[in-house]
Amino acid sequence: MSAATPVEPLAIDVRGVRRIYKAKPNPVVALDGIDLQVEPGELFGLLGPNGAGKTTLIKILTTLLLPSEGTARVFGFDVMTQTKELRRIMNMVAGGEQSGYGILTVREQLWMFSQFYGLGTREGWRRVDELIDAIGLGEQRRQRVSMLSTGERQKMNFARGLLNDPWIFFLDEPTLGLDVSAARSVRELLVEWKAAVPGRTILLTTHYMAEADELCERIAIVDHGRILAIGTPAELRRRVQRESIFRLELDRLEDGSRSLARLPGVVSASTAAAGESNGHERQTVVVNLVLENDAALGGVVSALSGVGASIRALRKSEPSLEDVFVELVGRGFDDADQAVGTDESPNGDSAGRSDTPQADQRSAERPAARPHGEHAEEEELV
Amino acid sequence: MAAWTRRVAVGPADSPAASATWFRRQVLATDLRTIVGRAYPRVRGMVRERSWLFFEILLPFLATSTFVFVYRALRAPPEYVGFVVLGGAMTAFWLNVIWMMASQLWWEKSQGNLELYFAAPMNIMSVLIGMAIGGLILSSSRAFVVLVIATEIYGVSFAVDQWLLLALVFGLTLAALYGLGMALASLFLMWGREAFHLTQLLQEPIYFVSGLNFPVGRLGFIGALAIALLPLAVGLDAMRQLAFAGSDYPKGTPPPVIEALILVAMTVISLLLARWMLRTLERLARREGRLSVRWQ
Repeated sequence: MSAATPVEPLAIDVRGVRRIYKAKPNPVVALDGIDLQVEPGELFGLLGPNGAGKTTLIKILTTLLLPSEGTARVFGFDVMTQTKELRRIMNMVAGGEQSGYGILTVREQLWMFSQFYGLGTREGWRRVDELIDAIGLGEQRRQRVSMLSTGERQKMNFARGLLNDPWIFFLDEPTLGLDVSAARSVRELLVEWKAAVPGRTILLTTHYMAEADELCERIAIVDHGRILAIGTPAELRRRVQRESIFRLELDRLEDGSRSLARLPGVVSASTAAAGESNGHERQTVVVNLVLENDAALGGVVSALSGVGASIRALRKSEPSLEDVFVELVGRGFDDADQAVGTDESPNGDSAGRSDTPQADQRSAERPAARPHGEHAEEEELV
Repeated sequence: MAAWTRRVAVGPADSPAASATWFRRQVLATDLRTIVGRAYPRVRGMVRERSWLFFEILLPFLATSTFVFVYRALRAPPEYVGFVVLGGAMTAFWLNVIWMMASQLWWEKSQGNLELYFAAPMNIMSVLIGMAIGGLILSSSRAFVVLVIATEIYGVSFAVDQWLLLALVFGLTLAALYGLGMALASLFLMWGREAFHLTQLLQEPIYFVSGLNFPVGRLGFIGALAIALLPLAVGLDAMRQLAFAGSDYPKGTPPPVIEALILVAMTVISLLLARWMLRTLERLARREGRLSVRWQ
């Protein structure tokens, strides 16, 4: 007789979740049948433009909002009925958060929040000091919260979110409005914290492609309240790159790219530009190669050495997540944000998020995405 | 492993399921710590922002002084000066209840604190109790200063026979007042700015019917109604009867013991109401997005 092995619940298990806001003149569908499974220990990203439904999903998972339809569980706890248990193991931080009381110092503010999570008085102070040092706010420890810069404030919020050492950490646009250095610092802390204990899980929403690409193990691309694709960043990129694209810089190529185009596995070869290199009057021939796959590159290299051409540089072109988004949605990220009509600046430095029914209403008025027929691989990844 | 990345938890911590299981004492300890934690900013604020010395001691003192001079000019019995001084001291609590306590949840929502409170594991009533206790400490110091200064300057002499009952009535008045504030906090959150306008509209009438500057028994039926409905009116009336024992106190209001019982009933009702309203509010918030969506 074999003992049954307990099955560890998924960190996030969302099935058929819809969220409809009552609004005039028409109800607004913020989430339209979301299915999402996140494993314990994953750093999972929700990527989408403003009004896509990312924040609504986070609000549901953090017990602040009920789904209109469907079920959602976090580490096995039902977000609708097991709120007490769930709130003990989670925390959340949103970008641009202004929580707390300006009259308190950073240290006092964090201690106050530590009390809400049941940390003992002394343990609370010790935890606060540890986190303040870790996030690099040591100099601001006794500074009033009202005097902090945006970046310092967000670091403090980040420390607040870690006070109770959550098993699952929800981050809604955590680097919104931060400068490059502060954003990098927050990202590094996030990765370090997660790596220290197996099982710590992070759900991150962002509309910064690079951030999602750098941090997330898997990403779901969300738009109009629906998940359009899920996968690792590499998997998502492969969706839009069916061939391998290389750029070669050669010292010479006697008969141009025609001989390369005839090689097996080469889809096309074209000479892009030729010029002097490094100011030493050395001619450089640039060839753009489209191959059926990476393996075909070997034949190209052999052929080039056969004709006595030397390769000075070889670079593989990778599509970005933005290319993936355009492929899936039929428009660029900036276009999507403009269609939503937010007041965000191009660098995303916004005072507030716009996950509101009005925003969703506007997003509903956007041009429809490309027909499904144009995305043959969509269904297998969703 | 860096120290800050170590596991920290209130309960058992080896898995999410274990971390989510708390003993009853952990739940209770968290609620008590929340009360202390939420009272903390108010007490700190009292020390850091000294502008209250002007706005909440000097200005109420001037208003009280006006009535003192009016009573003296009218040659009213000397205990009337004491009545108005006591009313002036209690004004601090009433102002704190309607302007800080009642509006606090609305303010917390606009700051983004409220959703953090709801997403934290403590009972949200602890947050309200913490706010009330913080406000109470803040207002007590103000009330005490007004009382001492006015008593010294205008030579008020108290005649107390039943100190214990006076202390009990004072405590019950505060409990009923802050219980009302806790119930109003949820109401204000639901009504938003309209509730503020209502407060402004009702401020002076409530001052009047509560008898802050004169014995409420003088108002006849309106006074009786105020005693039945307003904690400030009934508490102040009982305290005046107890603090100026043997004086020619106007007839028409119940004896202090009855008024203490009315205060007990008011406290229980307002606390139950506050708890019910908070639960209703959370249910509405989760169903309609009132907490999480700022425009609602």
